[in-house]
Amino acid sequence: MQLDELNELATKVQQAQQACDHVVRVCMAASCQSSGAAAVLESLRSKTGDCQHVCVHGAGCMGLCAAGPLVEVSQRGRAETVLYQHVTADDADDLLAHLGGPVIQRLHCPTDIPFFARQQKIVLENSGIIDPEQIDHYIAAEGYQALVTALTEMSPAEVLREVDASGLRGRGGGGYPAALKWATVAKMPGEQKFVICNADEGDPGAFMDRAVLESDPHRVIEGMALAAYAVGASHGFVYVRAEYPLAIERLTTAIRQATKYGLLGSNICDTRFSFDIEIRLGAGAFVCGEETALMASIEGGRGQPRPRPPYPAQSGLWGYPTLINNVETLANIPPILRRGGAWFATIGTEKSKGTKVFALAGRICNTGLIEVPMGITLRDIVFTIGGGVPDAARFKAVQTGGPSGGCLPEQFLDLPVDYDTLRQVGSIMGSGGMIVMDQTSSMVDVARYFMEFCMDESCGKCIPCRAGTHQMHELLAKIARGQGTCRDLALLEELCEVVSAMSLCGLGQTAPNPVLSTLRHFREEYLVKLQDRDTAAAPVDAPETAS
Amino acid sequence: MSTPRRRITMATTWLDGCSGCHMSLLDIDERLVALARDVDIVYSPLVDAKQLPDSVDVGLIEGSVSTEEDLHKARLFRQHCRFLISLGDCAVCGNVPGMRNFFPLDAVLDRAYRENVQRNPQVPTEGVPRLLELVQPVHGVVDVDLFVPGCPPPADAIWHVLSELIAGRTPDPLQVTRFGK
Amino acid sequence: MMKQATASQIRVVTLKINDRDVTAREDETILQVARENGIRIPSLCYVEGLSVWGACRLCMVEFAGDHRLVAACSTRAAEGMEVLTHTDRLRRYRRMIVELLFAERNHVCAVCVSNGRCELQNLATECGVDHVRVPYRTAVYHVDASHDWFRVDHNRCVLCTRCVRVCDEIEGAHTWDLMGRGMNCQVITDLHKPWGESKSCTGCGKCVQLCPTGALVRHGTSAGEMERDADFLPYLSRMRHAE
Repeated sequence: MQLDELNELATKVQQAQQACDHVVRVCMAASCQSSGAAAVLESLRSKTGDCQHVCVHGAGCMGLCAAGPLVEVSQRGRAETVLYQHVTADDADDLLAHLGGPVIQRLHCPTDIPFFARQQKIVLENSGIIDPEQIDHYIAAEGYQALVTALTEMSPAEVLREVDASGLRGRGGGGYPAALKWATVAKMPGEQKFVICNADEGDPGAFMDRAVLESDPHRVIEGMALAAYAVGASHGFVYVRAEYPLAIERLTTAIRQATKYGLLGSNICDTRFSFDIEIRLGAGAFVCGEETALMASIEGGRGQPRPRPPYPAQSGLWGYPTLINNVETLANIPPILRRGGAWFATIGTEKSKGTKVFALAGRICNTGLIEVPMGITLRDIVFTIGGGVPDAARFKAVQTGGPSGGCLPEQFLDLPVDYDTLRQVGSIMGSGGMIVMDQTSSMVDVARYFMEFCMDESCGKCIPCRAGTHQMHELLAKIARGQGTCRDLALLEELCEVVSAMSLCGLGQTAPNPVLSTLRHFREEYLVKLQDRDTAAAPVDAPETAS
Repeated sequence: MSTPRRRITMATTWLDGCSGCHMSLLDIDERLVALARDVDIVYSPLVDAKQLPDSVDVGLIEGSVSTEEDLHKARLFRQHCRFLISLGDCAVCGNVPGMRNFFPLDAVLDRAYRENVQRNPQVPTEGVPRLLELVQPVHGVVDVDLFVPGCPPPADAIWHVLSELIAGRTPDPLQVTRFGK
Repeated sequence: MMKQATASQIRVVTLKINDRDVTAREDETILQVARENGIRIPSLCYVEGLSVWGACRLCMVEFAGDHRLVAACSTRAAEGMEVLTHTDRLRRYRRMIVELLFAERNHVCAVCVSNGRCELQNLATECGVDHVRVPYRTAVYHVDASHDWFRVDHNRCVLCTRCVRVCDEIEGAHTWDLMGRGMNCQVITDLHKPWGESKSCTGCGKCVQLCPTGALVRHGTSAGEMERDADFLPYLSRMRHAE
């Protein structure tokens, strides 16, 4: 497919879409489906039948999962749309009857609220708008423009330069500069190279990657193809957890469609560039999100990490140079190429460019998926966008970064959200899970919960992680029961140090983080639970000096 | 002649152990005479005293903490001894008595007093202290100042530790003994 | 075993280990260089002649400049490196790791067939473990005595995977592997069949010779009686990997 063919197709689809007087989109992401969206879509479809005026289709995640099932209605020639919440199949008649007429007040979900107004969408720009099961919809939304343009008009080095100019950093949690990783793989000699998309999202409370794959799978495919072109790879793998059946189904459909259109496969756009993608399912091991464990799993081996170096960029899948990026990182690539790295670099902060998708969960009014520019404050996310804590409860802490991250109290809410700031105060950006806790949450319990998670997910290879997480969990449980002593707390702190310093992979190295951050910001909660707190009143180190 | 030093008081006890560590202490042989020059053994299964004095310089505990009486003795020793030593693997790591921790207590008692007994099988309850659910090393229940591993620690190791202490130095037992020695 | 570069490419580098100047081929690891120079770095899973596993973390060393910790078994020597093998921090960490091992399964030395010849026991002495501060886990593992000559006592296994690697890489049988994760991880024979029923086991006993603890032993051995001899490994490894 050439650029003019692509544009022609895009125009044709756009015209067809505009032929409809009304477009009704039903959110068909996992969250809305679980509250009955499929029945809503079915009901609307059966009632509209072959009607040419009304176009009903499924769409990806609309963000406000708490209000699902969501249905969005738009009218030709009008920019503003109407969003309906908590829609049931029985509402279909009412909904169709009101098309073009007054808004149904009982179902109306106002979109001028900060939840929608304060977001800036790049990764999720098509999410909730296009039908993720139709490649034409993606193409009509400028999809595959970047890939076709790059293949026909740009050299791999030029693609790399745009990514470099964007300042994009890895969205999987580490924040490693994407261009640097790409350049390393690109510079490695050898005919055989691989690109892997890491979709083994496993943090409790995190569902960003799932939403992207369910809502806009072609974006990830296009990002992978662009990456493959830039680094000289010809095969790609998407490693996605088997617990995401809908994402897998849509991705499979998308790969088939892209292959049929000649956007994947041999000699794409009649160039010498060939690229295909295979899906590999993870069998539910959190550690397989770690890149060396993930590669071992793809190779058919036991999913456990190996020492680095060598890094995957030098010696990855079957020993070949391998580029491995997270879903969200790759989803950022098409818009960067389409609109230029310089454009992307205008968004965000000096060292953290672009936007970040966060999954809001826990004690927060607006549970759901949001995309915000880097540098926004935590307070804006939790209170303005998230609507604060429900039931007039008081905010206590926000947990970022999942089991590798930390809990931040009220006093850090005005800090800008970027990789470096969060790290300085004892948490991490992580992949984007954000769990809000109110005053009823015990921080010792929170630390214990995350340690239990790490203990269960430890692969068992290295001793500090295998035995250390177990011992830390036992100590935390003991303290939580009110049976701990000052000595137990000291032992816990020593274990935290050893496990983070000596573990083989990121899972173990970061497993103590939830303990360390709660000890740093909520030490008092631990101390009051100690049996011998009165007899052993040891002076507590100033928390700010410990890091 | 120099003025005689204040004699060091020493107490020993055995909890759940085989008494091998005490035998090993006796195995320092003629050095017992030298030891007696500097040390008064004020309470021990080896001497007649029935009452642990209020303040003792050095306490040696053999055996693990397996019964309520063991627990009581360990606490008593910690209370009255300025410097407490775990002597031997049972005291240091639970050792053989600790291996019952791998089974529920009831199963252990059944095995010992019912399954393997032909005449009048019953678990004794009178005149014996109650077993704790979990066997613990001494440092699992009280603070310990020095650990002398070994099963038993060789007589030379015990002599080394004691003579260093008498000389006012802190010995390093791992130079002369180890787990299972 | 780390892949060795071909002779024409090999360069020699100089580095410092504990302030001592040493030379190394750049395809050698820090651990190999240290051993050649008589500098002892504690390790458990590493065996010369088998692939690098990098799991026991005892051979972690510190770079003098940035205090970064790396595993000596899996990090290659490089020009100008300044390596410290026994900083206070490392001693403290190693001691904790050995304690964690002792607390993980049943490592009562006094009644072990490997008493006196056990690498874990020696590591305790070397790393200053005179007692274990963390609670013992007291989980019961299986003893498989179904093999004609050998026995595996999982209670004494430290999961170093020497058996897995020697069986796969030297004997070529791949009878051993791992199953389960975290604390439930254990070595298995033939998809978790009793060892005695294993169709792939050749009975060569290499795994038994390499076991650092009392997990893999010959039948008929009592406390302190298990002797091992791993002298075959360097020779067989050389033959296996010869061009």
